[in-house]
Amino acid sequence: MWEYTDKVKDHFLNPRNVGEIENASGVGEVGSLACGDALKLTIKVDDSETITDAKFKTFGCASAIASSSALTEMIKGLKIDEAAKITNEDIAEFLGGLPKEKMHCSVMGREALEAAIASYRGVTLPMALGEVVCECFGVTDLEIRRAIQESNLSTVEEVTNFTKAGGGCGKCHDRIQEIIQEVRKEARTLAIVDKRPKRLTTIQKIKMIEEVIEREIRPALKKDGGDIELIDVDGDYVIVSLRGACVSCAASQTTLKEYVEKILREQVIETLIVEEERA
Amino acid sequence: MTFVTNDKVVYMDNNATTRVAPEVLEEMLPYFSEYYGNPSSMHTFGGQVGNKIRDAREKIAALIGAQPDELVFTSCGTESDSTAILAALQAFPEKRHIVTSRVEHPAVKNLCERLASLTGHKHRVTQLPVDRDGMLDLQQYEDSLDEDTAVVSVMWANNETGVLFPIAEMAAIAKSKGVLFHTDAVQAAGKIPIDLAKIPIDFLSISGHKLHAAKGVGVLYVRKRTPFMPFLIGGHQEKGRRGGTENVASLIGLGKACELAAAHMQEENTRVRALRDTLENGLLARTPHSMLNGHKTERLPNTTNVSFEYVEGEAILLHLDRFGICASSGSACTSGSLEPSHVLRAMGVPFTAAHGSIRLSLSIYNTSREVDHVLEHLPPIIANLRTLSPFWQTAHRGSVGRSGSQCGCK
Repeated sequence: MWEYTDKVKDHFLNPRNVGEIENASGVGEVGSLACGDALKLTIKVDDSETITDAKFKTFGCASAIASSSALTEMIKGLKIDEAAKITNEDIAEFLGGLPKEKMHCSVMGREALEAAIASYRGVTLPMALGEVVCECFGVTDLEIRRAIQESNLSTVEEVTNFTKAGGGCGKCHDRIQEIIQEVRKEARTLAIVDKRPKRLTTIQKIKMIEEVIEREIRPALKKDGGDIELIDVDGDYVIVSLRGACVSCAASQTTLKEYVEKILREQVIETLIVEEERA
Repeated sequence: MTFVTNDKVVYMDNNATTRVAPEVLEEMLPYFSEYYGNPSSMHTFGGQVGNKIRDAREKIAALIGAQPDELVFTSCGTESDSTAILAALQAFPEKRHIVTSRVEHPAVKNLCERLASLTGHKHRVTQLPVDRDGMLDLQQYEDSLDEDTAVVSVMWANNETGVLFPIAEMAAIAKSKGVLFHTDAVQAAGKIPIDLAKIPIDFLSISGHKLHAAKGVGVLYVRKRTPFMPFLIGGHQEKGRRGGTENVASLIGLGKACELAAAHMQEENTRVRALRDTLENGLLARTPHSMLNGHKTERLPNTTNVSFEYVEGEAILLHLDRFGICASSGSACTSGSLEPSHVLRAMGVPFTAAHGSIRLSLSIYNTSREVDHVLEHLPPIIANLRTLSPFWQTAHRGSVGRSGSQCGCK
C-alpha cells in the first residue's frame, strides 16, 4: 500500500481540469498504454503568452492522475516562460511529496508540459533526440542525465523511480550505471571549476567544443540521419555546418539553438553563440 | 493511525489472505499463555501439547488424503516450496533440469531463477508457457521431461486467476518418467478436493493463512519413501525433517481450519461459486470493454480476474477502497514494479487490459449483499476513470504519444 499525502488523494479523487481543450494552442502527449501510464495535456495560450487554460487526460495510477491534475493547476495563469521552468520536483512538492517509487509520475507531468510548450512554439523537443537507453519504456540518455542532475540521483533504482528507465527487462542497468558515473563525475569537475570565474583560452574552448560535439551532439544528430561539423570558433561565436538530413530539415534552426547551443552552453561556457556557416 | 475493521469492509481478497475463523482462534488461544509448554519436553505440562499437535496433524492429513506422518510443519507456503524443490535437487545431484511454469508464484519462480547461487550448480529451468486461458499444453509438458529432469514444480491453482492445472495427469506423467513431482497447492487446499492417496504427488505445499488459519504456519507433504533433506537444520522436531520449536498455537489452529475446510467444501463449490459467478457475470455485463482472465470452468470456485480496458488497476483499487471493498490488481503500479503481472503477460493478455485487471477472491464469509455492493460501485468507478483516460475515446485510433512507438514492454 502506498503512502499518499492528503493532497495526492484529493487530486486523485477530485481531479481538476479534466478534458481536452478544443483548438488548443499546445498539445503534449507522453507515455503509452503499454507503458502503463500516459498523459495528454492541452493548453490555451493568449497573445501575451499567458496560459489561460489547461486540461488533461490521464491513464495511470493515483499519483499519475494527481500529478496531472496538480500540473494543470500550477500552470494556469503563468507566462509560458515561467511555466517552462517548472520541474518534476515542483509538481511533487505541490502535492506534498510522492512515494519515491512514484516520482516518475511527476516526471511524466513535466515532460507533457515540455511537449505542450514545444508544440505551442512549433519546435522539436531535444530530449527525444538522445540515445534510447531503456528500450522497454523508451527513455533516452538525455532524460536520464537530466533526472540525475536535477534530482541528484546516485543509484540505478533511483533512476528507475524517476524515469522508469531500467524498470522492465533490466538489461540497460549497466548503461544507466555508466551514465550515473559520467554525470556525477562531470558534476564534481564542474563544482570545482565553478568556484572560479570561468575563463577559457581559445584553445581550451575549441578542444571542449570539439569534445562535446563528438561525444554527444553528433551521435544524437546521426540518429536522425543528420551530421554536424565545427568550422570555426571566433570569441564566443561557434560556427558550425549542418550536414546530411539536417540540410533539408525545416527544424534545423531550432536544433541549432535549442539543442546544439544549449548543450554547448551547459558543458563548455554560458556565453557561447552557435551560428551556421553562411555559404 | 486508525484501523479499518472487518465489519467496515467487503473483503474480497481471500487469495491474498483470509480471516482466521472464529472457531480456529478459539482453538488457538489456550496455547499462548495457558498450555504454553514445549511439546518436546519430558514433563506432562509440555508433553500434553504434543498430543494436541498429533490431533491437528491428523485433521490436516484428512483434508488432503495423506498419512499424518507424511506432513512436515513449516513456517509458510514459501518455506514449504523451497524445502521441496531443494530436497528434490539434493536427492538427484547429478540431474540438473527442473520443469516449472511461467505463471508460478514468486516462491517457486524466483527460487528456480536463483538456484545456481543456492546449489552451486547451473540448473536448466524449463518454464512451460500457458495459453490465453492460462492452461498448459500436456504434450509439451511431457516432452519437456528428460533423463536430466530432477523435479517438476507446478502450482495446483493460480493465485491470480484461479486457473487449475491438471495435477493428477501431470503427476502421473512425472511418475512414469521417474521424475519427482512438487505442487504448490497453497490456493487449492481447502477450496477443492485433494486426495493424495490417489494422485502420485511427492511434495505438496500448504499455507495456513490462505484457509482461515493464522499467518506464519505452513505444511509440506512429503510422500513416504520420497527422498528428503531438511531445509532448516536444528533439533529433532518433525522427526528431524524440520528443526525449530513448533508454532504450537498456529498448528493447532491449522488443524481446526482444515477440519472446517473439509466441512465447508460443498458450500465453497456451490454457494461461493454462485456468488462468484453472479459477481463476474454482473461485472462483465455492466462494463463494456471488460473481459475475463483465465479459463471459465477449470478454475477455483472463489476467484475471478476481470480486466477493464483503458484504465489502470491501482486507480480502480483506491476508488474501491473508498467503498470499503478490498481487492487486488495485476497492474504494474500496485506491485511497485513497472510491469504488469507476469501471469497475465504469460497468458498474452494485451496491455490495454493487463494494467486494468482486478482480482476478486471470495470466501464462505461473503454474502450476496456484498456482491451487490461491488456490482453497484465498481462499474461506475470504471466509467468515471475512463472519462479521464486519453485512450477511451481514441481507443480505436491506436496508441498516442512519443513512447507509443518506442515502448517495447514485453
